[in-house]
Amino acid sequence: MDLATFLVQCLNSIQYGLLLFLLASGLTLIFGIMGVINLAHGSFYMIGAYMAFALSPYLGQHFITMLLVGVLITVVLGYALEWAFFSFLYERDHLQQVLMTYGLILVFEGLRAILVGNDVHGVEKPAWLAGSFPLMGMMQYPWYNVFAALACLVVALLMYYTVNRTRLGMMIRAGASNRDMVRGLGINIKRLYRIVFAVGVALAALAGMIAAPMSSVYPNMGSSVLIICFVVVVIGGIGSITGALIASLLVGFVDTFGKVFFQELSGMSIYLLMAVILVWRPEGLLGKRS
Amino acid sequence: MSKQWATWSKATAIALATAASCGSVMAQEKIKVGFMLPFSGTYAALGVAIENGFRMQVAEQGGKLGGREIEYFKVDDESDPAKATDNVNRLIKRDKVDVIVGTVHSGVAMAMAKAAKESGTVLIVPNAGADAVTGPMCAPNIFRSSFTNWQTAYPMGVVAAKEGKKNAMTLTWKYAAGEEAVNGFKEGFEKNGGKVSKQLTLPFPNVEFQALLTEIAAAKPDAVFSFFAGAGAVKFVKDYHASGLSKTIPLYGPGFLTDGTLEAQGEAAQGMLTTLHYADELGTPRDKAFRTNYAKSYKLQPDVYAVQGYDAAQMLAVGLKAAGGDISKKDAFRTAIEKATIASPRGDFTLSKAHNPVQDIYLRKVDGKENKKIGIAVKGLADPARGCRM
Repeated sequence: MDLATFLVQCLNSIQYGLLLFLLASGLTLIFGIMGVINLAHGSFYMIGAYMAFALSPYLGQHFITMLLVGVLITVVLGYALEWAFFSFLYERDHLQQVLMTYGLILVFEGLRAILVGNDVHGVEKPAWLAGSFPLMGMMQYPWYNVFAALACLVVALLMYYTVNRTRLGMMIRAGASNRDMVRGLGINIKRLYRIVFAVGVALAALAGMIAAPMSSVYPNMGSSVLIICFVVVVIGGIGSITGALIASLLVGFVDTFGKVFFQELSGMSIYLLMAVILVWRPEGLLGKRS
Repeated sequence: MSKQWATWSKATAIALATAASCGSVMAQEKIKVGFMLPFSGTYAALGVAIENGFRMQVAEQGGKLGGREIEYFKVDDESDPAKATDNVNRLIKRDKVDVIVGTVHSGVAMAMAKAAKESGTVLIVPNAGADAVTGPMCAPNIFRSSFTNWQTAYPMGVVAAKEGKKNAMTLTWKYAAGEEAVNGFKEGFEKNGGKVSKQLTLPFPNVEFQALLTEIAAAKPDAVFSFFAGAGAVKFVKDYHASGLSKTIPLYGPGFLTDGTLEAQGEAAQGMLTTLHYADELGTPRDKAFRTNYAKSYKLQPDVYAVQGYDAAQMLAVGLKAAGGDISKKDAFRTAIEKATIASPRGDFTLSKAHNPVQDIYLRKVDGKENKKIGIAVKGLADPARGCRM
């Protein structure tokens, strides 16, 4: 492999890894802070993708506006879902959480079938991102992929800043390690949970919206992505945002290079990675030892 | 006593006559045709085209096949192999159909072939190209009006080699239809002096092609052969074009890469070469009549799927005619189809020993919104039907 191919594949890996991070960070936030295993997280990714499909005829050219509108809608959706369903789950054991959130997957899939049917759809890239530029004298690289990577990077930095540098972030981190202490300090933990959950949902949906023009929009797209998300969360260490970022990039690289150079293993390269890391560090890269 | 006897005998006679006439009514009962096709999901449009084609042929025969009227039963198979066995058993056991027509998805078709083999119900496959259906799974009561995956891809390999390409790469989903197609291409290409240097795959129905396109750009083969269908085909052809590769490395495929997708592919597909047993402009009187009637009947342009549905009905008609409308005369039914020449819009075809069409495979070029025939890639091509014992 020459240097140019290597660099372009690195670009592909980073772009994929950052997208994974958007997805997995929501999952790890919700688990790390509220202790809820949310199997329906992939459904929010699917909802985001279908939302891009539904909104693009109206807002497709104002892509950033569309993303913001989508985030707004899903924040409201997340807030409502937390109030209606998830707030009852914190005190329950994991089996009940799994059953409940699995039920939600079925509900979301059913609603999708009723509302938009079972067809596969494509989402057009906005005109200002539709082009491509020559890269390394090898090929034309689509601008949209660069945009997707940058958008994910911006959100990742914002999240990192919020969690590690702000008062809200401090409460979130405190809530993750000691719920009772936070409550004891007079912080409205219910509202904190609701905000975190809504943000997690919006992040997954945002990932879906960004991914839609690069991939396609199809039934059950949520479940395939959910498994990869769990792999990322487990590798990164449960509840650690920085761990999720490192793990996402790692999975991005292993998956991309595996796809190209180890075709026979391409289906399982990331699971092998997970196995190796768990043998080395059973709690994940940045997980807390229990 | 004798009067009573007479009454009894009269009653018996009437009863017998009634029974007999009932019997003849039985013989005049309708032939039950079960459509098991995708009417929702990715392949819904294909299912509709197949049904349209079938019904149009029946209408052209005056609503009857072999002198019998047709009663239709329908099941939406959703292209879901997990539901295939249940769906096909609904037609066989509950509706007790005489003939099953289906389907599009190869995985579903395999389950149908198994059920048809076990129950002896006649199955006509109007699309699914899985080599195995007329390979290891072949049976006296299983027929196909379409193609095998091998059959539509092998000729592209021959053409690519004749165009002077030496080194090719293939790319497809990691599933049966894709693997059969790329292996067909490989066989045709390598027999004629080419070499397939690398076979890339990605999981179905994944469409993140960027990493693999990078790999193709780095390897710089003379040609790329790929098998995708439906939305995946649209996405791949567009991504391939956007990456600039189409300028330097021609993209080949079986016709499914550009059939029914040209509207969405637009600029990206122009000039592409594909091989298939049908094209949008054949120019024969038979095809013209078919296209005109189809456009009039359904206000739609026909495609290869409509042709395959149409020919499924033609094959059924031939068999029923020879069996005098009685499908239980299995030998007569089967031998007639085996010996027949079907006057298809695609051109005449006969069936191979394994019951798969022996047909011309056309070389087509994308021109605007049509796949125009520019020649014949391989004439009268029969699937090798590896593994078929019949």
